[in-house]
Amino acid sequence: MNLPILTIIIFLPLIGVLFILLTKGDEKKVNQICFNVSLLTSFLVFILSLLLWNNFDPNSAEFQFIEEQPWIGNVIKYKVGVDGISILFVVLTSFVTPICIIATSNSVKFRQKDFFIALLLMETMMLGVFCSLDIFIFYLFFEAGLIPMFLIIGIWGGIRRVYSAFKFFLYTLLGSVFMLIAIIFIYLKAGTTDIQELLKFDIDAKYQYWLWLGFFTSFAVKTPMWPVHTWLPDAHVEAPTSGSVILAAILLKMAGYGFIRFSIGFFPVASHYFAPLIFTLSIIGIIYTSLVALMQKDMKKLIAYSSVAHMGFVTIGIFAFNSQGIEGSIFQMISHGIVSAALFLSVGVIYDRMHTREIADYGGVVNTMPKYSIFFMVFILASLGLPGTSGFVGEFLVLIGVFKVNYLVSLLAATGVVLSACYSLWLYRRVVFGDVTNDNVRSLKDINKFEVMTLLPLLILTIVLGIFPNIILDTISTSVENVVTIYNSKISLLNQTNIK
Amino acid sequence: MDNLNLIYPELFIGISLMVLLIVGVFKKNSFNLISKFTALSLLVAIPMVYINDNVSVKLFSNNYIIDELSSFLKILILASSAFALFFTNQYIKDNKIDQFEYPILIMSAILGMFVMVSSNNLIGLYLGIELQSLSLYVLASLNRDSVKSTEAGVKYFVLGALSSGLLLYGCSLIYGFTGSTNYYIIAENFDSRNLGLLFGLVFILIGLAFKISAVPFHMWTPDVYEGAPTSVTAFFALAPKVAGFGAIIRILYVAFGNVFVEWQIILIFISVASMILGAVAAIGQTNIKRLMAYSSISHMGYGLAGLATGIDEGVSASILYIFLYVVMNIGSFVCILIMKRKNIYFENIRDLSGLSKNHPVIAFSFTVFLFSLAGIPPLAGFFAKFYIFMAVIKAELFALAVIGLVTSVISAFYYLKIIKIIYFDPEQEKFDSITSKGIKFSLTFSTLLILFYFLNPSILNYFVNIASKAVQ
Repeated sequence: MNLPILTIIIFLPLIGVLFILLTKGDEKKVNQICFNVSLLTSFLVFILSLLLWNNFDPNSAEFQFIEEQPWIGNVIKYKVGVDGISILFVVLTSFVTPICIIATSNSVKFRQKDFFIALLLMETMMLGVFCSLDIFIFYLFFEAGLIPMFLIIGIWGGIRRVYSAFKFFLYTLLGSVFMLIAIIFIYLKAGTTDIQELLKFDIDAKYQYWLWLGFFTSFAVKTPMWPVHTWLPDAHVEAPTSGSVILAAILLKMAGYGFIRFSIGFFPVASHYFAPLIFTLSIIGIIYTSLVALMQKDMKKLIAYSSVAHMGFVTIGIFAFNSQGIEGSIFQMISHGIVSAALFLSVGVIYDRMHTREIADYGGVVNTMPKYSIFFMVFILASLGLPGTSGFVGEFLVLIGVFKVNYLVSLLAATGVVLSACYSLWLYRRVVFGDVTNDNVRSLKDINKFEVMTLLPLLILTIVLGIFPNIILDTISTSVENVVTIYNSKISLLNQTNIK
Repeated sequence: MDNLNLIYPELFIGISLMVLLIVGVFKKNSFNLISKFTALSLLVAIPMVYINDNVSVKLFSNNYIIDELSSFLKILILASSAFALFFTNQYIKDNKIDQFEYPILIMSAILGMFVMVSSNNLIGLYLGIELQSLSLYVLASLNRDSVKSTEAGVKYFVLGALSSGLLLYGCSLIYGFTGSTNYYIIAENFDSRNLGLLFGLVFILIGLAFKISAVPFHMWTPDVYEGAPTSVTAFFALAPKVAGFGAIIRILYVAFGNVFVEWQIILIFISVASMILGAVAAIGQTNIKRLMAYSSISHMGYGLAGLATGIDEGVSASILYIFLYVVMNIGSFVCILIMKRKNIYFENIRDLSGLSKNHPVIAFSFTVFLFSLAGIPPLAGFFAKFYIFMAVIKAELFALAVIGLVTSVISAFYYLKIIKIIYFDPEQEKFDSITSKGIKFSLTFSTLLILFYFLNPSILNYFVNIASKAVQ
């Protein structure tokens, strides 16, 4: 196929933006047109990404659909391509964006036109991150995504939106500048920024430690890992529903993707060396944030902290360096992308009606919103990793992977599963069951058509992926095996030279 | 006389300066006319400089050089000054300071800058700097009825005179120990064991650092930027910085090229100090002109970081940085000049609140400039910083790279603060609609350039690389 399908996927949203910019006239009409245009473009992107997945050859560990254009000088290229690790993130991104756009009509009440522009820009940046095969354009997309997200939180956010937007922006930027230094250094040492070539290139072990730390600062902030996770609860709580969904479902995955692709791929020696650090921080993160989540009074904050804990599993799995661990991590990221998006949307549903996120203000929601309660229950169960839902497969694989490497880590990580059951179920009990104490709850209306449209696909996916995990595992396994093999060969080579 | 045709631009500007001065003296209310003709002659001078773009000639017994570097910087000086004249026209008229001296002084300052970037001789350098500075002192106090403007002029003059004195003292030391004021002969005779020469080097660096407002010789900048009429502030932020950079590049890389190790550490210090102070001190500012002053201080720090590397890439990165800095500042000052309601100009950043509702296009452009100044990809400011840090890392100055990038995050804070006011805060009364064509044109041009620079980020590399080759 000669069609530059990846470029079309990445930049199609920008064409939507162009259309939206050109619409003028009566505000109500404009909003309707903008909604249609952005929904159409994002849906088109989704179809194209499914097409991409369909044409993707899962038996090859090579990058596919590669496109190359010279860009800056002779070295830095515009190069895109996907392999088993990245393709599902592309699909996930294009799947979540239309849902966000539908959800927008309920949660964003003013300046909708600008919101759609920001959302579509965001989609381009996120797709670019996952598709780029040049670390320079990877960085470019990675950073450029800050601008629309900053505006989404800052303009349409809650009361403390300015504080949260600044915190989000500055934390991420500070982390990323160290990655920029590392990228420039790699470029100067290896003479190329092409990811494919760099994966074959052996970076001198004495530099690897520093370079690894440079990438780590950026990804640790973005993941987020304890103790630099504090921007996340603030950003989630203040962002509008669709903003939270994008943040939780996709932005956090960029870091996990980066760990697999860059930290392990470029710096195997350093990754091996620093794995205990990752384990320690992740374990602290899982247990600490789960305990913090237990004590939250705000629903969104609770889910935000649970995101940190779930991402802790992801990082543990990646740095187990075996196929179960990494496959589990990717599965966990996809599943968390779906489930956390669904949870934020669910919270958004009742927030739009009651305009409060305090758990104490609810209770007995099931009496007035039975359908909603079913949706919410499935997502809560998926979040705590009930077998049969997608949440289970990822956590289980990660725990198997880690168990092979380190008993203690998997034991401690498993406590996180228990804790997540505690806070999730307790949240559900306090919100949905019990007596109705707040009169406003009595007058709640059950979910409408739009909300079903957003939640139903997520619900189906949660269950389908829980029952047929191979849909995902088949696609990723070859590439993951490849990563693991290369990593093992490099490490054994290192051990041999050390012995000599 | 050899090859006089190569200095036609200088001669042309000098002659038109005098002609316009005479016209101005004899014709009443001639601001409009003179301003137009000044802009015209600046634009005419651009092709005259460009014709000589590919030559590298030493004139007047090696004391005056026309090469790619000087041509590039001269075109930049001319173009940015022409822009400044275009977009400040309205402001000058609204504030009733439309004396014909304004364009004429700008022109004489440009003549001085030409000499600064081309001179290969300490005397020539000093003459150029003085011609430029004396014009700028008067420009700062252009608004004679305003206490602030007069104060700015006097402050600038007193401190500027002091720094010129230091520069001259340094020149005399160098002359005394090397026996010449020509850069080539200085380079030949420079003996780094000689303490007197090192003192001379330091004094000259101090004088030049003052002119481009690098820390710790930046004290005048915020006051002068705030006090001077905004039109003059805009001019201060553009061409003089380019000229100062040109002078620094030439003297460091030609005259003191052999004693790189001696001045590298000084330059690193100045650069780091500028980046840190520019980033930290700007946080508390509420006057947008003061804020831009600190912002320009920190940008000078980044520019100097490129020079401190001592390698080809560093010099071209610095030249590119200066170019993009000029474009971003043109845009930002246009936005500052739009802040007027009922013909009264506002300078507090709070007055921008709600701009995104009232004037979405201007708000968007200003946001583009601010993000670009903060160095966020994919805007042009990011590429400027990227090339600088590429050179810095190549020269293995890792500490400088880390400090530079961390301070760029700190300075992102105050740029974000303005964006916050533009986008997140409640709206206020609308600003006057833009009537001036100069403002519209400058805004469009700079926004498009900054926004779409990423399509081909190496477009200028060809020119800056030749320019930097000239001094190697």
